[in-house]
Amino acid sequence: MSNTLDDIGLSTTGERKAVVSSAGATPDKDWVIVTRGLKRQYDMGGEIVRALRGVDLAIRRNEYVAIMGPSGSGKSTLMNLIGCLDTPNEGEYWLNGMLVSTMSDDALARVRNKEIGFVFQTFNLLPRATALQNVELPLVYAGVSSDERRKRATEALERVQLGGRVTHRPNELSGGQRQRVAIARALVNRPSILLADEPTGNLDSQTSEEIMRVFEELAANGQTVVMVTHEPDIAVHAKRVIVLRDGVISSDESSAQYALKLGSERIH
Amino acid sequence: MHFFEAIRLALTTIRVQKLKSAFTLLGVCIGVMFLISVVSIVEGMGRYMEEDLIGKLIGVNTFELRHRPNINMGDIDEAQWEEFRRRRRLDINDVGPVVRDLPADVKWYLVSEDQVSATTSVSGKPRQVQVFAVDGQYFEVKKLGVTEGRALSEQELSRGEKSVVLGPDAAERLFPGLDPMGREVKLGGVPYKVVGIAESQGKAFGMSFDNFLVTSWRSPARRLLNTRANVVDAIAIQAPSEIAMKETMEIVRSTMRGAHRLRPGQKDDFSLQTADSALEFWNKIKQYLVLAGIALPAIGLVVGAIVIMNIMLVAVSERTREIGIRKALGARRRDILAQFLIEASTLGTVGSAIGVALGIALAQILAAVTPLPASVAPWSIVVGVALGAGVGIISGVYPASRASRLDPIDALRQE
Repeated sequence: MSNTLDDIGLSTTGERKAVVSSAGATPDKDWVIVTRGLKRQYDMGGEIVRALRGVDLAIRRNEYVAIMGPSGSGKSTLMNLIGCLDTPNEGEYWLNGMLVSTMSDDALARVRNKEIGFVFQTFNLLPRATALQNVELPLVYAGVSSDERRKRATEALERVQLGGRVTHRPNELSGGQRQRVAIARALVNRPSILLADEPTGNLDSQTSEEIMRVFEELAANGQTVVMVTHEPDIAVHAKRVIVLRDGVISSDESSAQYALKLGSERIH
Repeated sequence: MHFFEAIRLALTTIRVQKLKSAFTLLGVCIGVMFLISVVSIVEGMGRYMEEDLIGKLIGVNTFELRHRPNINMGDIDEAQWEEFRRRRRLDINDVGPVVRDLPADVKWYLVSEDQVSATTSVSGKPRQVQVFAVDGQYFEVKKLGVTEGRALSEQELSRGEKSVVLGPDAAERLFPGLDPMGREVKLGGVPYKVVGIAESQGKAFGMSFDNFLVTSWRSPARRLLNTRANVVDAIAIQAPSEIAMKETMEIVRSTMRGAHRLRPGQKDDFSLQTADSALEFWNKIKQYLVLAGIALPAIGLVVGAIVIMNIMLVAVSERTREIGIRKALGARRRDILAQFLIEASTLGTVGSAIGVALGIALAQILAAVTPLPASVAPWSIVVGVALGAGVGIISGVYPASRASRLDPIDALRQE
């Protein structure tokens, strides 16, 4: 089974251009995410729902990308595929040079553990575990020793300014603090992508701004961030905005262009 | 690390949900409790049999020469019984050669015994008493001391004098409220003088060993025990050690074979009975008791397994979201499987640990309020706890595999 870009001949510049041009990006040496013809459909009681109808997407290392779209556009399905929580019916997905679209469940679990840091709308912290234990969790499944786990989890919490809250349980923390714990957890295993699904959906606007500043800072320090959101105000924080409509990419542009378009739409 | 985390999680669950956990653990707990207490009682009875009952009847490093075994509670077939019945009784003429060939440090006595009615001037109606007509070092070998008066002397024994030592119960029944010392007991109309009161020999299963009297085998009383006057029921021989006992048994065997003129190849027409041979029967019974002791707890454990499985299924559905989170963060199927299996087996282990404690308590209570003795066997504790853990694992398999197969997206969507 070919699992790298080189093996399948994507290392040639021409091939890459072909892939990338469809996503509207310029070729570069390290692509974190490359998808080709990604299709996903669900059988809803006999009715076939085509959530994704062929998505070609390429995201470079260090990019800060927002994936936008109204509900039903397929952005959640795309996020699940990018996050290796799901596999496509058709098409290919290379994550960090590995072909993950045909991997087994256990192999996908390893990839999620090593390559992806999730940040969810509802935080998804374990309620009975402390902040530190929550952040340690990905390291537990990575087989890291307990001393090392503690050290790295503490560092990750300090990075999100929660060094003084390590022994608190989620119900003793505010929404913003919970989301910071979740970000620390997402970062602790040094993933290739930080994958955020509506990260500010459950937060007030002030806290949302705080969280967006955390993302911006991470992106500025070289962390690849992919953020799924339906809020344009949040999307413009990213450097690049991809809009999905009816299971295909309808636009892919810089956030400046997107904001401009958004502004003109609002005026009209 | 991962393992301990799962155990910690399970213990937290038990602590947080005390009532639910109590019901969950009840089945395993009761099963193990019965296991421990039944095994303890069986073990206790075993020790009792070995140390008290058979030990008192026969004695340490002691064997009895009899024409056939008198403690044979095992299964003996018809042909064997027929052979036993044809055997010649031991008589006083056998005693001489056997005793003559014994090593110097070996003690012996001979005895004939039966229930005999005894009368006294004060007891009114006759009383049934176990009469031991003895000779040799009876009091030494049986370690039978006296609380009053004295044991029978060598002269009394060898001359067949009409004096007796009474067991405490016999003394009380024959001379209610009186001091029996110096008074007379009539056996078959012949008066015997009481010269001593023996120490209590205790009881087994509520049955007293103290309703007895000891007199000389050479006194007329032996005629009340066996129709032929020179018959001896048994010769008991006590060696200083177990090895010496085995050697002495061989000496006695060859003496007896010589005396009975048995050719090589012919079977012995007498029996050498040791405490071990008498205990064979007990060991057989014990197997059945242990089997029963396993069947009863098994029911509790099956119920316990079903309850734990049920609780684990509830836990899996309550914690679907947690499973989704863990999977999203990189838990593989086997990680989730292990987590729930460890949790289930922790539940089982905690249940069985409580069961062990209760079982020991129950055994002690039974030992205190009934004549049944109890002795907790260390292996039963190990088996009990292991069973609890095993039941936990077995009942955890299905819920854990359900949890491990959950789709992470569906699981995360769960409220």
